[in-house]
Amino acid sequence: MNQQATPLQEPGTGGVRWRFLLPLGLFAALLVVLFVGLVHSPEKNIIPSPLVGKAAPQFSIPNLVSGGTPVSSAALRGHWSLVNVWGSWCATCRDEHSTLLMIKQQGTVPIIGIDWNDTPANATNWLQQLGDPYQQVGEDPNGRVAIDWGVYAAPESFLINPQGVIVYKEVGEITPDIWREQFLSRINAAGGAAPPPATGG
Amino acid sequence: MHSPRRSHLRALAGAALLIGLVWVGRALAVDATPPLPTPQLQQRYLALTHELRCMQCQDESLADSQVDLAGQMRSEVHDLLLRGMTDQQVKDYLVSRYGEFILFKPPMNWRNAWLWGAPILLMLVGFLAGWRIIVGRRRLVDDDPDEPLDDTVDEHWQS
Repeated sequence: MNQQATPLQEPGTGGVRWRFLLPLGLFAALLVVLFVGLVHSPEKNIIPSPLVGKAAPQFSIPNLVSGGTPVSSAALRGHWSLVNVWGSWCATCRDEHSTLLMIKQQGTVPIIGIDWNDTPANATNWLQQLGDPYQQVGEDPNGRVAIDWGVYAAPESFLINPQGVIVYKEVGEITPDIWREQFLSRINAAGGAAPPPATGG
Repeated sequence: MHSPRRSHLRALAGAALLIGLVWVGRALAVDATPPLPTPQLQQRYLALTHELRCMQCQDESLADSQVDLAGQMRSEVHDLLLRGMTDQQVKDYLVSRYGEFILFKPPMNWRNAWLWGAPILLMLVGFLAGWRIIVGRRRLVDDDPDEPLDDTVDEHWQS
């Protein structure tokens, strides 16, 4: 009976010993995979956009300022720009607003706003209360442009290069850190931004 | 006094009314998009909205979701079908905007090969392992049918 315990300890039976450990090893590997999946699951809410690296979808929508010229994708050519999809109903947009004002003050890129699923009255109110970081704001009350841009949650922001190509997309709030690390770094890596054109036009 | 027969009828009518109301309510609750002009188009619309994911709620289809975005995407599908797009063109358009994630059923292509192939592969491995174990056991028993099982296994380990 003594022998029964030996196979596991006896030297020279390494192959046999490994066979016992194989299921355990597989189980451990499975645990690691599941654990990594669990820890990283919040990131799965952010779906990578297939539009990054592609030309920005074209649009032409009414200006938030009544009587203003329509806001169109033509404004995205020849210089870097930031397209920000927002709405006065969006709480995270309120958090993000101070960063947008800071970006406006730095003057690196003009910000084009797309006011999504909103009313002009509410949007105007919001900009009067919190300040207006946008060069121009277009109205997208029924989400047509937003769908064409693959938007599914506000705020979403797109960095557009002078060729009109989407270089980066941020889903959620832009913080000063994210602005520096994800947006400014890309502009600088491409040789920096030319001075944006004067407001209005 | 009601006759038993009448009260039966009444209960039946009540139940029918209730079921009818629930059914109508369900139909109205989610999809407010106007129906397409032909039954064929409407059929395709229904099939498509069930195959596409609501990007906001993610575990619901466009057809089932009540959020604004799903409603707007339903009318987008509606309009694209009216414009004469094929089902594949509608899907391709939305995939080009939102990625393959919007399809509940991932397409069979080389990039997704592991996804479709892994279950078959794992099943084969399982069968193979099971077969080897069964054959191995039978051979042991065949070799020395008189020997008690414990010792047989023990000897096998030591060899």
